[in-house]
Amino acid sequence: MLISRKIKDTLATRLMVIITSGAILFFLAIGLVLFIKGIPVMKSHSLIELLTTSNWRPMKGQFGFLTFIVSTLLVTLLALIISFPLAILSSIYLSEYSDYRAKKLFMPVIDLLSGIPPVIYGVWGTLTLIPFISETLAPHFVDFSTGYSLLAGGIVLAVMILPLMISIFLEIMESTPQDLREASLSLGATKWETTLKVVLRKSKAGILAGVVLAISRAFGETIAVMMVCGNFTAMPKSLFDACYPLPALIANNYGEMMSMPDYESALMLAGFILFIIIIFFNTLSWFILKRIKKGQ
Amino acid sequence: MIKNRKIILDRRHITEQMMLLLMRLSALSILAILLFILYTIANKGLKSLSWEMIFSLPEGGYYLGGSGGIANAIAGSLIMIAGSASIAILLSLPIAFCINFILKKEGWFSGLARFSMDILFGIPSIVYGAFGFLIMIWLGLQASLLGGIIAVAFLILPIMVRAIDEVVMVVPHDLKESLQSLGATRYEMMKVILRSILPGVGSAIMLAIGRGIGDAATVLFTAGYTDSIPSNLTDPAATLPLAIFFQLSSPMEEVQDRAYAAALILTIIVLIISLLTRQLTRRIK
Repeated sequence: MLISRKIKDTLATRLMVIITSGAILFFLAIGLVLFIKGIPVMKSHSLIELLTTSNWRPMKGQFGFLTFIVSTLLVTLLALIISFPLAILSSIYLSEYSDYRAKKLFMPVIDLLSGIPPVIYGVWGTLTLIPFISETLAPHFVDFSTGYSLLAGGIVLAVMILPLMISIFLEIMESTPQDLREASLSLGATKWETTLKVVLRKSKAGILAGVVLAISRAFGETIAVMMVCGNFTAMPKSLFDACYPLPALIANNYGEMMSMPDYESALMLAGFILFIIIIFFNTLSWFILKRIKKGQ
Repeated sequence: MIKNRKIILDRRHITEQMMLLLMRLSALSILAILLFILYTIANKGLKSLSWEMIFSLPEGGYYLGGSGGIANAIAGSLIMIAGSASIAILLSLPIAFCINFILKKEGWFSGLARFSMDILFGIPSIVYGAFGFLIMIWLGLQASLLGGIIAVAFLILPIMVRAIDEVVMVVPHDLKESLQSLGATRYEMMKVILRSILPGVGSAIMLAIGRGIGDAATVLFTAGYTDSIPSNLTDPAATLPLAIFFQLSSPMEEVQDRAYAAALILTIIVLIISLLTRQLTRRIK
């Protein structure tokens, strides 16, 4: 009886350790497979040429990623500029100013925003932002815009990264010890001064980690951005020009390029670039957050 | 002197009030954005939503405005998420329990496991889709229900592990110790603990399902698209996100209207899942 229980225990725990190790190896496997698939195009073109030229003519064997990389960076930057102030101000409000009831009412809003699928954000963007940009906003600035633009992509993305940022900011700000706030208030500082000089200063690293995580989420977002950003292979010159981020490039072309090995390889390399950038950012924010947790 | 001080006080007071106003405005604008999104989807979707949309398959000429519905996509999405969630549950429970009860606490291995899960969580769904597709080619599979199930399982596994990990982490130490002092093996201990945290695990599963059912990029290459309900793992399968995506890119207005109805259906499904998750979370508290 005891022996059979022991055997069962050993088998079960061994199996669990194996599954866990498998999961750890899994993310290395993804990177490795993408990298191996990307080798052929790196053999026929130098990596520098791939990353710094913007000629994208797969039929002629030209694979310059620059347009896509710049598009990804611009759309992410724009999303961050729009959503960071909103996220930080509402996090401060929820963590420092609002009472328990307001917070209880507001948390489901954040949950719902983070639960809405990307494709729904895309539909919303096409229905509201595109006509607004092309008919109302763009005519003031440029001659013509279809509305499918950098700006539309940035706004949709901004809404999508809001809940992620707010939940991290909130967690960090709320972990500020109450004593510090009270010390500052009792010295005569106003609530805003206390927030600015005590809470925000204490939360600096955590806010950075939240921003970094949001950037990495924005880099990888595919469907929603693809539905509103125009997907046109040319360097965007204004907010109202179409852009073409890396994930959209993969989603639009993958699956139909199997007859051209270099083309497939180029798209896999795009996937690998995306993978590396995101791993870098996630690792960065992981270590920041871990250090904060240790310090507490 | 006194006058001077009053001005400074005023300025501080004004800053205080202005910042508070700005904060209220940002919080309200976030609420407004959510309501605006839900309103847009409901308003556009209700027009062409009908029982026919939900319960019938696309008929001939459907994509040119013919009659029929998107039962294929609804069924496809539900079958696929059932499959992916089952795989993910079978893998994520052992991983979360292994991290918490078998590996040494604060040891390098459990740290590495948590780190990998956080990294996997951040990998975009398009990368999972592309990777899943590569694996399918390698295995000689066509775009199929099975391919979609595998790709979505990749996507939701880290979400589930992280959520279950959070539930397991707060299991009282007393429970663990009293079980051990009664002579339970680790495996038996984990079984008892699992029973005590079932609602939490349930909410973790629902969270992952909600994320998985709405994702389009993972199934774009792996699941294919078809007008019938898949009866076999190797059949291609339609999914709701792709039904929305494809129909929206049609030039015909009737077809686009159906994309809006499909979007409303998906939103309702996700909202129901989100409500269930909240309900389960509340039960724990």
